[in-house]
Amino acid sequence: MIELVNIKKSFGDKVILPEVSAVMETGKVNLIIGSSGSGKTVMMKCMVGLMEADSGKVLYEGKDFTGMQERDRKEIRREIGMLFQGSALFDSMTVEQNVMFPLNMFGDGTLREKKKRVMECLERVQLKDAAKKFPAEISGGMKKRVGIARAIVLNPKYLFCDEPNSGLDPQTSLLIDKLIKELTQEFNITTVINTHDMNTVMESGDHIVYMYRGRKQWEGSNKDIIFSKDEKLNDFIFASDFLREAKEIRQMEIFQQTDWRDKLKKD
Amino acid sequence: MYWKEFMLQCVDIGVGSLGIVLIISIFMGGVTTLQISYQLVSPIIPKATIAQVVRDTIILEFAPTLTCIVLAGVVGSKIASELGNMRVSEQIDALEIMGINTKGYLIGPKILSALIMIPCLIAIAGFLGIWGGLEAGSLAGILSPEEFMQGLRQEFKAYNIFFALFKSFVFAFIIASVPSYYGYNVQGGALEIGKASTTAVVVTCVLILFMDYILAALLLN
Repeated sequence: MIELVNIKKSFGDKVILPEVSAVMETGKVNLIIGSSGSGKTVMMKCMVGLMEADSGKVLYEGKDFTGMQERDRKEIRREIGMLFQGSALFDSMTVEQNVMFPLNMFGDGTLREKKKRVMECLERVQLKDAAKKFPAEISGGMKKRVGIARAIVLNPKYLFCDEPNSGLDPQTSLLIDKLIKELTQEFNITTVINTHDMNTVMESGDHIVYMYRGRKQWEGSNKDIIFSKDEKLNDFIFASDFLREAKEIRQMEIFQQTDWRDKLKKD
Repeated sequence: MYWKEFMLQCVDIGVGSLGIVLIISIFMGGVTTLQISYQLVSPIIPKATIAQVVRDTIILEFAPTLTCIVLAGVVGSKIASELGNMRVSEQIDALEIMGINTKGYLIGPKILSALIMIPCLIAIAGFLGIWGGLEAGSLAGILSPEEFMQGLRQEFKAYNIFFALFKSFVFAFIIASVPSYYGYNVQGGALEIGKASTTAVVVTCVLILFMDYILAALLLN
């Protein structure tokens, strides 16, 4: 579990995060959503230590990451896997070398064991055949999957994904979402995704934090979002007529399910 | 991994720049011989003096300074653009997330390999420059190889070799560290990488020339 306690961040006079608190739950896909400039990326960078918050705390299983010495931080960082928006693969290395890189840096074991682990991860993302290719030779979707393989190769406890669907076609995007969701559940990872993608929100969002102008505007699950009366959230999620119609249809479908009908009656 | 990165940088900086160093040093020596012979026209000056002047000019100035100015362009722009690209494409962030000391991993091996490989390149440039001078003098009929060899041995000071190598260490540090600084701290996109690369080369060249003057003033007087 990752907790953010009163995180504040400014750049000069411009306040990006006035004061944010949130909890990222273990074994769930936690989404941070919001329009451009709402502070999602800054919030994620503060969580992983790529940016220092002006005040507040980031707690990993209760341990204060913000107040730690760099040496102690490294211990936690080794439990973090991160998928970057542009994949951030090392250009000079093959797919196999990219995935093996964290193992070479921190992993124990022989070269044979490392190669075996790399192949397991590449198989998991269905890219075993691309092992000898360079990043420039593979597609954007494949790069993202290599990024996921590299992020999970050390069996991380925390997985951060910065806009994993950006620039991908809908099918590949769904494939990436499915993969992240499966990995989260299979290995009980605390996954945090920063996204604009509405498919991800509706399909994977076990726990969603909606950011508006640097503040946490709304929090809930993908099921709650359908019935949310928060205007700002609805304007953001269901921005087009098509999506508003789709929301109504989905509301009706969920309403027909007994448990939800009962729950709503109770509410 | 650090060792592997160091070896890769040695190959990149050393072997990668060898071609251009070979070409410029041979022509540098040849042109120096021709120009000195053009100026030393007095019949009372022995022809071997041309070789002596060529030797000292190449060892003291042309091999270390001219070669390093060229290397500032070749190696410096490569280092700045490589690190800038890594910064912009979040590869440096990816390394930091893994808990790797990015300055130590990315910049350290570059500086260390430059400190080892650039003095070697300067030594090669010195030999080839003198050889180029010998060949040019012989081809142009200015002085024979024997006269040239005789001139090379006249009033030879081993201290000049030390001075050239000392300069090459200082220049090597500048060539690796200044572009690393500009590349590592790039913010923005492709345009900023280009700007950082150009600024890095300009600053490196100016610093090399400035340090050239300082070292000459300190060590030759």
